[in-house]
Amino acid sequence: MSDLGRDVASRTDAQVIGSSPVERTAAGQALAPEQELMTINMGPHHPATHGVLRLLVSLEGEVVRDLKPVVGYVHTGIEKNCEDKSYWKVIPFVERMDYLSYFFNMEAFVGCVERLLELEIPPRANYLRVIHLELNRIHSHLVWLGTGALDLGAMSMFFYCFRDRDRILDLFELSTGQRMHTRYFQVGGVFEDIPVGFERQARAFCAEMPSRIDQYEAILNRNEIFLRRTRNVGIVPRQRLLDLGVTGPLLRAAGEPWDLRKVDPTLAYADFDFQIPVGTVGDGHDRYRVRVREMRESVRIIEQALDGLPEGPWIADDRKVVLPPRDELSTSMEALIHHFKLVTEGFRVPPGEAYHAVEGPRGELGCFVLADGSAKPARVHVRDPSFVNLQALRDMCVGGYVADLIQNLAMLDPILGGIDR
Amino acid sequence: MEVRREKLRALSPLEEPRSPAELRVRQLRARDLLRGDLEGADLERHVSESVLTTTLDRATRWGRANSIFPATFGLACCAIEMMSMVSPRYDIARFGAENLRATPRQADMLILSGRVAIKMAPVIRRLYDQMLEPKWVVSMGACSSSGGMFANYAVVQGADKFMPVDIHIPGCPPRPEALLYGFNKLQRMIVGNPDAGWRRRYNAIGTEEWARPVTGTASREEAEAYAAAREQSVARHAELAGESG
Amino acid sequence: MPDAPGLELIAQDLNDAAAGSVLGTYHEHGQGCLIVDPERILAVLGWLRDTPGQEYRFLASLHGVDYLPAQPRFGVVYELLNMPRVERLRVRAALADSGPDELPEIDSCVPLFPAAEFQEREVYDFFGIVFSGHPDLRRILMPEDYVGWPQRRDFPVGGEPVIFTRDERDVPRWFE
Repeated sequence: MSDLGRDVASRTDAQVIGSSPVERTAAGQALAPEQELMTINMGPHHPATHGVLRLLVSLEGEVVRDLKPVVGYVHTGIEKNCEDKSYWKVIPFVERMDYLSYFFNMEAFVGCVERLLELEIPPRANYLRVIHLELNRIHSHLVWLGTGALDLGAMSMFFYCFRDRDRILDLFELSTGQRMHTRYFQVGGVFEDIPVGFERQARAFCAEMPSRIDQYEAILNRNEIFLRRTRNVGIVPRQRLLDLGVTGPLLRAAGEPWDLRKVDPTLAYADFDFQIPVGTVGDGHDRYRVRVREMRESVRIIEQALDGLPEGPWIADDRKVVLPPRDELSTSMEALIHHFKLVTEGFRVPPGEAYHAVEGPRGELGCFVLADGSAKPARVHVRDPSFVNLQALRDMCVGGYVADLIQNLAMLDPILGGIDR
Repeated sequence: MEVRREKLRALSPLEEPRSPAELRVRQLRARDLLRGDLEGADLERHVSESVLTTTLDRATRWGRANSIFPATFGLACCAIEMMSMVSPRYDIARFGAENLRATPRQADMLILSGRVAIKMAPVIRRLYDQMLEPKWVVSMGACSSSGGMFANYAVVQGADKFMPVDIHIPGCPPRPEALLYGFNKLQRMIVGNPDAGWRRRYNAIGTEEWARPVTGTASREEAEAYAAAREQSVARHAELAGESG
Repeated sequence: MPDAPGLELIAQDLNDAAAGSVLGTYHEHGQGCLIVDPERILAVLGWLRDTPGQEYRFLASLHGVDYLPAQPRFGVVYELLNMPRVERLRVRAALADSGPDELPEIDSCVPLFPAAEFQEREVYDFFGIVFSGHPDLRRILMPEDYVGWPQRRDFPVGGEPVIFTRDERDVPRWFE
């Protein structure tokens, strides 16, 4: 034992630390032993369940000095594929970008095409879209909370959040037939009306959800470990976030009350009474509180939407764009022709370009569509919030510890499907 | 009597008798068994040989199937459904796969959940190579089974193209029940005959990292075919190594 | 969104400030777009960002568009946002194709809008448009050694043909 101790002590610090790769300064000189930087690779596969994000982290001891994210490990070429498909076939492709907020992806694209077509959607479709979007927002925040708390060590939160998430997916399955990637929003409205039991089940969900959120807050809000890990960690000044293009709960936690649902309401958001939670400090704790509070506000929006759900058609009746109802196909010749044209070729959109943005769970989700007059879009680009928010990760982590990096990543809520598209 | 006859049949094609004398002993023992005359030390020895060789193996396979350690490997949307399979409603822990290990060195099943981009393919292959045998791969969802809806430059059209896959589960994303069904199928496959499947298909017999004879209900012909395939595969791999090395 | 006359006023003021920068405007579907000479893009964006009364300080999105067969072929589109007035403005830098051997170039706006860093890398990755002055211009979503600019219109979509039973006869040994 004493031999071992002597042996270790006789080596220099550099030798002990320097068994790992050393990064040299730009001047080509080696750093002093206490300044050596070690670059580690938090590879695309890692225990943090946030997708295939690769981080090249330069550490001095345990302090992060530099951070380079490497993305592209789930790049699917969706935007290129969309140029080959007719407009309604693009909807399932665009859905799968940010794979936790699939309704928002659909809304961004479909809203953009409706803007190009100057198509009004009926009020019932408006409200149905809002209901599904807010349910998707709660769903996305629940997954974030479950996986984020899992990263910080609170394993039980994962199970609780996924239990509630399954109830939301039951609602989606009831109305659309699929749990995820539902292809529910169509150009002109929604694909189908909600079935009879949906409203009752949704109201039951809304009645129970606030107490569930209370339970989650009871676990985490005053938990010493959670507070110590998230308070005053990962603070980026508000102006810097604005410069970096960050939107969503990250920006709101830093104190900027910017939410597209309030400032630029599309759909029926102007009809509802809800609040935007805004933080003060902009640390991890504020981000957590903002998102949890957003879940509560989303429940309120859903309740108001269910109360005020208007009767009427659920999709526009412009037959050049929207499929006719099936019972007409056997009696009306025009309906048959419209159906045939729409299914084989698709509807044509007059040439033009438009950009439509919605407030997704992670920030501003925008879709740019360039139409060239044919039945296929010439360019579909989705401005994904996680892609732009990722630029803030470096500012959040530099100067903090590696453990704080994990926490920052959890609170950043990146979805690699959206980043890589 | 039937039980003993089965055990005898299981014993015979495995090890060739090393000498004519041993063959004679085996024949006599077989005759005594059939007559019901085997007793004493002979009986005990016979039972221990046959029971251990077959039942232990079956027990091992049963143990392997019911305590799979999946690797937490989520790529895209299917990862969310895989996480929900771990969640309380579609519990995978009741099938024994509770312990999801993040490191491939401690995992024995890789669930490819999500689309395989061309940038990610070498990473997945490296992870697969880091896993210890026996290992199985479940390709969850349409994208990793066949490229899914993404027939383009950026997605590998099926993880089959660069790594062996045991179970393909269709769906986009597959429901957690579908994933559990595929998982149960994999368990039955492991219990039944872990040799069946990709090693034969990919002409890779002989690349196992553990030494194990063919056991179970293999017939003599199968055992010979296996031995021949093994030799051929080993020769081919040596040839490939000779070419590249 | 500034309405059509407002857009014309902006274009006029911009042409006064930086002569010859605005090549055209159009206003449709409630959104206005300035078509700008790519050589002057920094002057245009700086004017839009800093002039009191304009102050489009938020870059919502930066993306590339390939207008083939229309010319000029490429467009780098900047979606600008004025947060206090909630007004969006689109600026399109119309870049011509430099031919098969050269890559089109434009100035990088990262000094003005740090939000552009990843998004310019993405435009470079997919269209081959070089942003001079970018701190770290390399591929972001494709593998580093990839050859080709995938999102250009003349780049093939790729993938493999789906083999149905009737195609099996035509593709020998498809199972390998």
